[in-house]
Amino acid sequence: MDWSSVLNLSTLLNTVNTATIVILAGLGCLMTDQAGMMNIGIDGMMVAGAFAAVMGSWLCGSWVMGVVFALVVGLIFGLFYGVFVIKFKSDEFIIGVALNIFAAALTTFLLRCFPGQSGSFHPATGTIVKLPSLDFGVIGGTQVSLSVMVPIAWVLVAVCWVMIYRTPLGFWLHASGEHPESLRSVGRSPERMKYLGALLCGMFCGLSGAYLSLGYLSTFTENMSASRGYVAVACVIFGRANPPLVFLAALLFAFIDAAGTRMQGFIDPQLTATFPYIGTILMMLLLALRDQWKKRAMARS
Amino acid sequence: MTEAAPIVSLRHISMQFPGVLANDDVSLDIRQGEVFALVGENGAGKSTLMNVLYGLNTPTAGQVFVKGQEITSFSPGNAIAHGVGMVHQHFKLVPSFTVAQNIVLNDEPRRGIFYDFKRANAIVRELEAEYGLEVNPTDRVQDISVGLQQRVEILKTLHRGADVLILDEPTAVLTPQETDELFAVIRRIVKEKRMTIIIITHKLYEVMAISDRVGVMRAGRLVGICNTCDVNERILASMMVGKEVLLDALERTEQPDGTVAIEVDHLQVVDNRGLPAVRDLSLKVRHGEILGIAGIEGNGQSELIEAITAMRPIRGGRVLIAGKDIRGMTPGQVRALGLAHVPEDRLSTGVSAPADITDNLVVGKEKRRDFSLFGLHLKKKAMRDYAQRMFEAYDIRGAGVDTAVGSLSGGNMQKVVVAREFSFDTPVLIISQPSRGVDIGAMDFIHQQIIKKRNAGCAILLVSADLDELYRLSDRMVTIYEGRITGEFLPGEIEKTEISYYMTGGGKEHHA
Repeated sequence: MDWSSVLNLSTLLNTVNTATIVILAGLGCLMTDQAGMMNIGIDGMMVAGAFAAVMGSWLCGSWVMGVVFALVVGLIFGLFYGVFVIKFKSDEFIIGVALNIFAAALTTFLLRCFPGQSGSFHPATGTIVKLPSLDFGVIGGTQVSLSVMVPIAWVLVAVCWVMIYRTPLGFWLHASGEHPESLRSVGRSPERMKYLGALLCGMFCGLSGAYLSLGYLSTFTENMSASRGYVAVACVIFGRANPPLVFLAALLFAFIDAAGTRMQGFIDPQLTATFPYIGTILMMLLLALRDQWKKRAMARS
Repeated sequence: MTEAAPIVSLRHISMQFPGVLANDDVSLDIRQGEVFALVGENGAGKSTLMNVLYGLNTPTAGQVFVKGQEITSFSPGNAIAHGVGMVHQHFKLVPSFTVAQNIVLNDEPRRGIFYDFKRANAIVRELEAEYGLEVNPTDRVQDISVGLQQRVEILKTLHRGADVLILDEPTAVLTPQETDELFAVIRRIVKEKRMTIIIITHKLYEVMAISDRVGVMRAGRLVGICNTCDVNERILASMMVGKEVLLDALERTEQPDGTVAIEVDHLQVVDNRGLPAVRDLSLKVRHGEILGIAGIEGNGQSELIEAITAMRPIRGGRVLIAGKDIRGMTPGQVRALGLAHVPEDRLSTGVSAPADITDNLVVGKEKRRDFSLFGLHLKKKAMRDYAQRMFEAYDIRGAGVDTAVGSLSGGNMQKVVVAREFSFDTPVLIISQPSRGVDIGAMDFIHQQIIKKRNAGCAILLVSADLDELYRLSDRMVTIYEGRITGEFLPGEIEKTEISYYMTGGGKEHHA
């Protein structure tokens, strides 16, 4: 196997592009995690966002409207999740699974009855306007260009970190998850903060979907998230809902994904396609072992 | 002290919960600058009363005045606005936040949209200096001791401008040294800041040590208010537990000296905090006798019973039921040895409140042939008929066997528990607080059932906070204090006032 064909600039670009999907979805997931809710409906929220973005972009002929559509749909899904989990106290796993199934089915259905297509969306008239990209010219024989969403996602990681660890609003969000009664006893509603978490989650997932269908690709395909929502959930657990750590976990996942694609020349592609998910399982194993070590160290001290 | 207008005035407060009248026409005045102790057994209604004052409960009837103003809307936010703060038994702190973050929570100093770390720390330093409560603002709450966490809670209420501070069993989680420190703090803030402190407790020596006045609650009523200097622990103990009720004597048959059914041998058990609760305790209960355990709540009775019924691990020593060591057994396995258990808290461990009376009566027997086919298919009709018979035999008063147990009154709920446990027909019975929150009629009925079991040769271990109950039922009594047996008596040979002395730590040289 020739390592230079696996580890090169183009792999790096792929890594960065794929990571952005997971980073944005991870930021959403960590918002609910901070507020004490495990949201495994990330994938569904992304798919819905991706569909809305394509529709917005196609109908209005503007990527801005695509993003706006995705954000609005994300908010609706976030609110839906919030109402069931916070108000009706439904099981968050069941609601998460329901969201995933619902979003996949709804987008497939809408694709069939509205533009009247199935599988993936190829407009007969008009075009899907992609997110603008930043061109860096040709470096070392590789065309380098990045979607604007890539740097935006990086900035958002920093913004989220500042919000959670440096502002009272972030403290309240976290307190509503870690010890809701502490917040209630000082006269602030933990439920409202949980709603904020759910809504922010919806927005970030919408954004992730918009990047997926207008930046990473330029169409909507059924189930196009390829379960990356679940990977985002794993990254949030791995990164303990801390934005920079989630960011690093997402990069690691994306790197395995990209390197795996490059290895298709040497290894069976069906096998390389499993790499990211094997990586996720390994990450979780590592996490479990780390907790074990910690416990043992605690017991010793 | 001058007779100024009271800073807090509770007028005819009643608080009705489903099945329980937790407060019954309680009127109480608290004076500014005093330390007022509120004592009573668990379930006497002291926390409920203070939750009314702090706005967590809206009273069913009655009025609350703070500094002469009537409280019309009950919420913690409103209580804080009137200067009433409360430190709960379970702290309301965010473990991963720093001391300063917790103290200023929801009232954060800001620079722009950002939290101002420097000013928050400075605020804590100021509070620290003002009240003499030392904390380190940058420590994380999860890393500091429980005593310090409590200090953070107190500072949190002080930061919000509280001048009436309610402490709910503040010493329950503290080591003796931390308790001393807390009391020093209380004395200082009362003296220097004219704070008013209400302290809920059932540790009587603490009442004597810290309070100016003391109110005693029993069964939802305030049964007396005294100046602490006019009473002693023994008087308070008898006020807490004694109820003078004349009931007919129970028929007690002679029992031959039975074999030992329960043997507790140098038992050691720790409480939820990991602190010793039962210390090297030994006792034996024979068939055909009732051994009563007398003690003030929180002296290891609960942990002892939980250890015997395998609901709590044994740290040292051993427990033998019918001659078998129960170490490592599950509660189900211990029950299979021939033990039934009426737990002290019927709502949390005695019944399933939302389930109906039938299910609550049958549970534990559902695998019997009459009620199910190999434990798979329940014979609803047979279950219901059985429940109906028990319903009548135990004189349970309710709409019928299909009603939810949670809708029953305390006394009838207790009858359901007693009916279920007694009908296992086991040779060993562990009974905790059989008549807590139960009316006289139901109590008398339950007592008769217990004596019937004794006369039939059961070995019965009885824990009660009610001395009259113990005197009425026990063949033998032991007193427990801080997890140790402090004396053994026959009910006829000792006065109630004298036994109170053993219950509060006197006579430690005695051993059962």
